[in-house]
Formats: sequence, C-alpha cells, structure tokens
Amino acid sequence: MSVLKLGLPSKGRLQELTIDWFAERGITVERTGSGREYAGRVVGFDDIELVLLSAGEIPKELAAGRIHLGVTGQDLVHEKIPGWQEKITELTEMGFGHADLILAVPDNWVDVQNIDDFDAVAAAFRANHGFRLRIATKYHNLVREFLRGHDVADYQLVDSQGATEGTVKNLTAEAVADITSSGDTLAANHLKILPDGLILKSQATLFKSMVADWSEAEATFKKLQSSVTDIPLQR
Amino acid sequence: MVTSRAYLENGRLGQGLDDVRAEVGRLMSGFIANGAQPVEPAALLPADVLIDLYGEDLRARAYTTHDPVEGELMLRPDFTVPVVQIHMANGASAARYAYAGSVWRRQEVGSNRPTEYLQAGFEVFGGTDPAADDAEVFAVLATALGDLPVMPVTGDLGLIFAAIEALDTNERRKSALRRHVWRPQRFKRLLERYSAKAEVSAERARLLQAVEDGSVHTLIKASGAALGVRSIDEIAARAEILLYEKEAAALSETAVALVSSVLELKSTMGSAAQELRRVAPMLGAAADGLEARAQALSDAGIDVSALPFEASYGRTTLEYYDGFVFGFHAPDRPDLPQIAQGGRYDALTRVLGDGKSVPAVGGIIRPEAALALNGGAV
Repeated sequence: MSVLKLGLPSKGRLQELTIDWFAERGITVERTGSGREYAGRVVGFDDIELVLLSAGEIPKELAAGRIHLGVTGQDLVHEKIPGWQEKITELTEMGFGHADLILAVPDNWVDVQNIDDFDAVAAAFRANHGFRLRIATKYHNLVREFLRGHDVADYQLVDSQGATEGTVKNLTAEAVADITSSGDTLAANHLKILPDGLILKSQATLFKSMVADWSEAEATFKKLQSSVTDIPLQR
Repeated sequence: MVTSRAYLENGRLGQGLDDVRAEVGRLMSGFIANGAQPVEPAALLPADVLIDLYGEDLRARAYTTHDPVEGELMLRPDFTVPVVQIHMANGASAARYAYAGSVWRRQEVGSNRPTEYLQAGFEVFGGTDPAADDAEVFAVLATALGDLPVMPVTGDLGLIFAAIEALDTNERRKSALRRHVWRPQRFKRLLERYSAKAEVSAERARLLQAVEDGSVHTLIKASGAALGVRSIDEIAARAEILLYEKEAAALSETAVALVSSVLELKSTMGSAAQELRRVAPMLGAAADGLEARAQALSDAGIDVSALPFEASYGRTTLEYYDGFVFGFHAPDRPDLPQIAQGGRYDALTRVLGDGKSVPAVGGIIRPEAALALNGGAV
C-alpha cells in the first residue's frame, strides 16, 4: 500500500539529476511504462508512491499536503508559497540545479554599480520619462521583497514568463530580475549583474511537507531516511 | 468565524451588527454636525493611480484584481486618495467630507491583523488657517473617541522637510533626501554618504575621469550595445552628476547632527516649539507653525501640556502625510491597532490634482476597534 507520496520533477535534466542523486544513495527510482508516461516507482519501497509533476507545481502540492516529500528548486518554493516556512521544511540541498535570482541592467549603464545607483537611476528615469523604471521578472514576490528591504523606490515590476533577457532590447523593461546559472544568456543580451543584486541563491532541494498527513507515512520516511543519510532526522 | 469581523467576535448579525452600525452612524453624525458632507468613493479603484503614488510595495499591501476592459483594479486600501480625487474633480476649493466604509489590506502570512476593516473619516479641504484646521480635525476625532481609554500622540513631518531645506547642500541632494523621508534606513544612509568623503571604486574613477576628459560617450558606447529606453545621453548626464557629487562639499557633522536632533525631538505639543528653537534655531518658521498649532489646539480645549509630541511619529506609515500627524492608541490593548489616526497631506493633493493643489487635513477612526476597546459586541 502506498502511504508516502514523493513528488519528483516529471521530466528533463532536473529529473535525471534527481534520479542520479537517489541512485548515489542506493535508491533506484525507475520510470515505468513508456518514456512519455508520467509514472514510476522506487525499487524496494512499495509503500512510496512516486508522483511526477512539473517542478513548478511541486511547491503548491507540498504546501497543500498532497505530497509528503518533493524535489524542486528553492526559488520556486520561496516565490510561490508566501510564508513557506510554516508549511514546508528543507530536508537537504541536493547539490545541483544551481540557479541565482539576480538583478541585471544593461552593460552600458556605466553609472550603475550597485543598488544605490539603481535607486538613483530609478528616480531620474521616472522624472525623465513619466513612468517608473520597469523590471521584468516572473519572481514578483521575491523581487519586491528584496527591493523593499533595500529601500528602492520608483520602480515597477512587469511580468515576464519567458525570454526575460530580451525585454530590455524589446523596450518593454529597463532591467531584469531572473534566474541565471552561468550568466551566459545575460551577457549575450548585453546585460550585467549588479554585484549586490543577488536576490536568492537557489538549488534543487528535497522538501518535506509539514501539513501532509504523516500518521501512516512516518515509518516509511524513517526507512527512507536510514537509506539516504543526507536527510537529517525529523525536525 | 463567519460571524466575526475585524476586532469583533460577533458583528455581522443581530446585536453585534446593530452595535457596529450604531457606532458608524454616531461617528458620521458627529462629522456631519461639524459641517462635513457625506462622500462615498468606489470600493474598486484603478490600480495605476495608487501604485504610481505609493510605489510597487503597495501590491504587497493591497488586493489587486483584473478587468479585461478597465485593466488592473485595486480594492480600496484607504479613503484618502479617492476622496482627494473626488474633491479635485469637483473643482471645489473649500469643503469638508465625512465617509465610512470598508478598506482592504493584504497582511503578511501569520499576521492576525484583519484584511478587511471599517474606517470612518473626516477631511477638511481648502482651509485658509492650517493651524486651526489641524486643531479642529484633532479635536473632532478626540471628541468622537469620548472617554475611551486611548493615548494620543502627535508629530509633524514638516519638521523633517524644513530640516532638509535648511541644509547647506545642493538641491539634488535635498531632493534625494526628501524622496526617502518615508524610508528611514535609506534616508540615514544618504545622510551618511553626503557627510563622508565618498570612496571611489576603480571603475567609478575611470568613469569620472572620462567625464572630465569629455570622453564619457565613448566609454558608454565601448561598454555595451545601446539598449532599451534609457538613452546614452541619460547615462552621460548621470555620470556628470556623479562627478559633481564627488566634488560637492561634504555635509558638516553639525548639519547631520542637526537633522538627527530634529528627528529625535520628543516633547509635548505645548513645549515642542520651544524645544525646536533650542535644537535648531534656524528652523524658525517651522517653530512658528508648531506654536500656532499648539495655540489653536489649546483654543479648541485640548490640554497641550499633556499632549505628547514626537518629531518622527508617522514616518513609516503607508499614508502620504507631510505636515501635522496624530494618532490615538490603546495602551491596554496591544492587540488593537491605533484606534484613530490622521494628518495633513497637502502634497498629495498636488500629485493628484494635475498641478492644482489644496490644503488638506483629515483623520479616520476604526469603529470596530473602538467598539472592541469599549467592550461592546465582543
């Protein structure tokens, strides 16, 4: 009988690396059915049900308690679940899927080296153009919180769900706040990262839902814990 | 609970609701008896005006929704802005308004503050005697609160603006300081930066050298493709400002100390003017204003020798006050917000009035919190 629901990314590099991570710890996660079918199992753990989901859905499922454990990026949990610490615990960072949420401006903004400059430019921009400097992002909560913490005024967030680095060239934003791993895409789009503009360092992480029903899943979790030594004892 | 409302266990039905309605009615009648006409702004407001005013942070504090035709809308987070808009659109010069209704505020996760609560307010526009109007609004709200166990506090954001104006520094710095009056941390950092000899990074030194050499456009073009709405001329203009800033004289320690001592001033309304003259003799006009207000409050029957005054009070609220500010809190009920608050917001009318502006001062009472404090309908 399946009692512990484990949410894993449903496809792509993140799924491969997650499967490798478990394999290194002696746990075999198998895809079952055809390659396109979202189904799988954990060998030797008949009481774990594998739930394959898009990494972006996993935070919500953890917060709703519909899965007990889940692998996804810290950026997604922090952005999508306000007050996530009340519902979700980080068990262990997994050492891959590194991505930094950063604030970037055009390379030719030679007068902008830090957030203070950025704030001053935002004021001048609003005075010159009659609207507030636009930052394209899909991480509205994290970016707003960061800029509020740094007392930046006179900006606005514009939603960008993809190709965010192109928004400055397309004249729909003046700056971007996006995830980067190498910075190559930013550089190719003539954007530079502000040195003090690191909003969040993120990596793939195994999360535990604190709101899921653990009454029957606890024993399975303990067994998994003893296999995966990186998982700290229950907090 | 479905029958509960802000600060009250039962307020949606029966006696509880009767109490809430009676309290709102009592407050409205009091305001109307003081010459106010009722006004009822929409609950759903265009988001752009509010966000333009308060900035992006407002999205974290108010509820937004979207209409396919009208665009982004916001559930009324306060009455001041729509009341000012109605007043300005009406072309009236002098008017008094009374209103009551719900406001909606998003709260942080884990907060037990209500997301919907009532406000009843009284606003005075276009008065010719600011001190008398300040005193009247305060007195009307104090009277409405009656003998509730509340403690008043007053302040004056005008003092910070006067202290900035008196600084011996360039207009650009003053404008930057004024912009951050409501963000105490950055305000403090700006003051520190203006008073120290700035350390210049190697990259910044190269930029400043280029400005001096007249080669800044070349430097900008060499740094990356021309990109986006912000033009090369704008970048060059700010580079020139940076050079000008580097060469601008640092604020003296005395000047910084003056601003700090004004911000830290705590006294009573009765002796605030005297205190201000002592710590900042050059702010004579501001002290005169305080004195006139204290006199007007005294004329209105308020004991100013027992009325606390804090120069920094009201600096971190969502509101847009720029002069007299006041609040009434319940010392024995830390679970309740301020029962009443208000202040002067002349600058807001200028922002919303398309160049026209009108003196404006007003305040609100939270009827549910007042009832909760009174032990009614709990």
